[in-house]
Amino acid sequence: MSIQFKTIRELREMLDEKAISSEELTNETHKLAEDLKYLNCFVTMNKDASIEKSKLIDQADNNKSVLSGIPLAQKDLFCTEGLRTTCSSKILSNFIPPYTATAVLKLESAGSITIGKTNMDEFAMGSSNETSYFGNVHNPWKKGYVPGGSSGGSAAAVAAGIVPAATGTDTGGSIRQPAAHCGITGIKPTYGRVSRWGMIAFASSLDQAGPLARSAEDCAILLNEMSGYDSKDTTSLDIESTDLLHTINQPIKGLKIGIVKEFSLGDLDSEVQNRFEDSKKLYETLGAEFVEISLPNISASVPTYYSIAPAECSSNLSRFDGVRFGYRADNTGDLNDLYIKSRSEGFGDEVKRRILIGTYALSAGYYDAYYKKAQQVRRLIKNDFELAFETIDLIMTPTSPGTAFAFGSKGAQNPIELYLEDLFTISSNLAGLPAISIPHGKVNSMPAGLQLIGNFLREDQILNAAHIFQQNSAFHFDKPSMEEF
Amino acid sequence: MAWETVIGIETHVQLSTKTKLFSRASTEFGKSPNTNVNLIDCGLPGVLPSVNKEAFYKAIRFGLAVGAKINQTSIFDRKNYFYADLPKGYQITQMDLPIVLGGTIDIETDKGIKTINITRAHLEEDAGKSIHDQFDGYSAIDLNRAGTPLLEIVSEPEISNAKEAVAYMKAMHQLVTYLDVSDGNMSQGSLRCDANVSVRKEGDPELGTRTEIKNINSFRFVEKAINFEVKRQIKQLENGETVTQETRLYDSVKDETRPMRSKEFANDYRYFPEPDLLPVVISDKEMQDIKDSFPELAKEKEKRFAKDFGLSEYDAQILASSKIMADFFERSAKETKNYALLANWLIGEISAFLNKDAIEINQSKLTPSNLAMLINRIDDQTISGKIGKSIFEEMYESGSSPDKIIESQGLEQISDDGAIEAIISTIIQDNPSQVEAYLGGKEKLFGFFVGQVMKITEGKANPQSVNTILKEKLK
Repeated sequence: MSIQFKTIRELREMLDEKAISSEELTNETHKLAEDLKYLNCFVTMNKDASIEKSKLIDQADNNKSVLSGIPLAQKDLFCTEGLRTTCSSKILSNFIPPYTATAVLKLESAGSITIGKTNMDEFAMGSSNETSYFGNVHNPWKKGYVPGGSSGGSAAAVAAGIVPAATGTDTGGSIRQPAAHCGITGIKPTYGRVSRWGMIAFASSLDQAGPLARSAEDCAILLNEMSGYDSKDTTSLDIESTDLLHTINQPIKGLKIGIVKEFSLGDLDSEVQNRFEDSKKLYETLGAEFVEISLPNISASVPTYYSIAPAECSSNLSRFDGVRFGYRADNTGDLNDLYIKSRSEGFGDEVKRRILIGTYALSAGYYDAYYKKAQQVRRLIKNDFELAFETIDLIMTPTSPGTAFAFGSKGAQNPIELYLEDLFTISSNLAGLPAISIPHGKVNSMPAGLQLIGNFLREDQILNAAHIFQQNSAFHFDKPSMEEF
Repeated sequence: MAWETVIGIETHVQLSTKTKLFSRASTEFGKSPNTNVNLIDCGLPGVLPSVNKEAFYKAIRFGLAVGAKINQTSIFDRKNYFYADLPKGYQITQMDLPIVLGGTIDIETDKGIKTINITRAHLEEDAGKSIHDQFDGYSAIDLNRAGTPLLEIVSEPEISNAKEAVAYMKAMHQLVTYLDVSDGNMSQGSLRCDANVSVRKEGDPELGTRTEIKNINSFRFVEKAINFEVKRQIKQLENGETVTQETRLYDSVKDETRPMRSKEFANDYRYFPEPDLLPVVISDKEMQDIKDSFPELAKEKEKRFAKDFGLSEYDAQILASSKIMADFFERSAKETKNYALLANWLIGEISAFLNKDAIEINQSKLTPSNLAMLINRIDDQTISGKIGKSIFEEMYESGSSPDKIIESQGLEQISDDGAIEAIISTIIQDNPSQVEAYLGGKEKLFGFFVGQVMKITEGKANPQSVNTILKEKLK
């Protein structure tokens, strides 16, 4: 029995009915990963340990939680004890962490099985997975096309049906954009819902972990486990845990959905507009109401983000210096030489570009003009959202201005071209708000994503709206054939 | 031409918390390299700091003691620079919103009490240590100290000479040890300072160009380094040269300051708010708890010593000037009644020994109980004060108890009048000519007889008994 493209719900049933054992499921998953190796979804496999764990799960037969025995893939940015964690960078290509990230630990404690670590843009900096030291990931929908990024390997592994779900992280759209480009569902939670302990930091004030899966329901299953206050991360939110599965499948009659006036959708590809209008209609037939809202400062999102994120990254990445762990260059002279050679050889171009931008933005005489100003604008953007949410329940936008593109076709000459991929996703990171991307049809035969942004800590509302959408559409059932590979 | 010196001091006080500022690793001094280190201290990928509130409580206690404003909401910032013993490539410190703002410290000068204003005091983490001389061709890193909480106290440039600088550091030392915010151990680096020194022509309203002497870790070096630096700057200016604003190191062996490699320190630190930590908020209740448990300071202790133990003002002041000495006195005083004698010993004999070895009493082998026992043995006349001194020497060397020393060396005072009488009778028999001369009016010879008794008894005879019995026998 094939396990490819199965959801967590479906695999749970198979396991419960003993149609398959956890060990068989784990072996099958590894076989699938091997068969689909050409996609280059994984950086490191966790074969022996995962099979070992599946046997234990099979033995411990009682009281199985929903994730028990379910294979998952982890973005290679979460530290995993004893399992290489590279951030898809040469500088960490030999790094084996002595501890496990809280989000992964919680999923593993719930019985899930880590199959391997997924490919990504180097240090999560990129929107196409092309900055990885371990090579490009193919979009399962089209050979030679990007899966999006930075959680490209996770999105492709789920889209190709290798695993039912995977973890990702989202600093400016890194869960939602690849989910959209690969035709799956992905949610970035409210900043602070999921602990960042053990997540290798890109931009601390924006980074947030979340799941990518085949449905909103499966996202809720993972998010339920990943969430929660962690004393090791003082920016995590000390809130009462709610069962997000419990709050999906509520009627959405009267749900007020905001359409952002300032996102001039008229400038986008007409097919992108058509999908958006179709989805709007579907929601209207389900009883939702649409309201035009204004986010006056939203146009400043991209420049604001590209001042703050590189600034934080320039500092966060200082620890990769070749002294205590990771790559160290050979034949170095003094300490400065060791730094310069190790970092020059260890980081890729996009990472270096952002370290340089960030160092500049924080330097004496420029701090006020860039970083400080950006933080002030960020506050204004946040205020815009707060005001808007006084009259609406959620905001709807396309996830991305376009669909997946061919390797090398964007950003090679002008990085800004790629930065605009994040136009619709970045603002929710700046405001710390939850947002989900769900598939809503194709544009020129490639998947397109619909984004729902929720109010602070209202994951329940966006998951419910996404789930209701999926109960009344079949886009999320679409599967890539992968025949051309 | 008269020159005027202007000095501002940045004091780094290592706070005596059990664990580090952002991790639960121990701060204990002297452990094997890289043992007091956890994931956070070595800056592994993915780790996050979490704040040790105890460090805040200590910083606040300091702030309250100097009459400062406490920022109940304070934030951390990152100071970015590369160095091998700085694991994260940045130091977490406080820039715009430090925990302590303002305040004053009084120092004693030749002209009386002078009040020095405090600009601010902020919390930050210490770096590790680079070791360059133990491995051929390599440098080694010890991260035990990395993350240890420091309170950096910045003074206004109101200190006028090296002596005042020393007085300022002494006042600081007394304060932080009394407040129990630091052990104040300068040789272990718990208290160290950077001195910003400049000179100007007397009456000139403009400040001269300053240099910063880094990391001075003893009172003596504070004085010597500043004196050297002031002379150097004056000489330069008088030769028509200019002073370069730079960071300098004091070399105690050559007794000179010299520039640190400027390349290493020509940094743009790129400060920005630490995004991994929320602002730290101290509640009103926490503030109240700190106030309610405020420790006794030197002046109060001095008054209490005079009152409770009947000490002279002078003795009380000297004992109370050092928290370590005062604590030792109080603990000893629980086991003896002769407080005056105890104070005398601590201020006299014992201080002389400690000064000679340049250590504090808690670094010596003396214990409060043993000292109390010694005082008691002198007080109850088991031994004489003179024998007491030789017993003390032994106690100081070996750390053993006075009773053991008295017993093993047979030093117990002979107060048995019968025994003394027998010895005296023998002496009178053996020295008929001296007896005759004494009785003939040569009263100075009395000392001769006392000396004979002490010689025979090896100094153990109770001097009062000897006097009484001799006088009786020589009638």
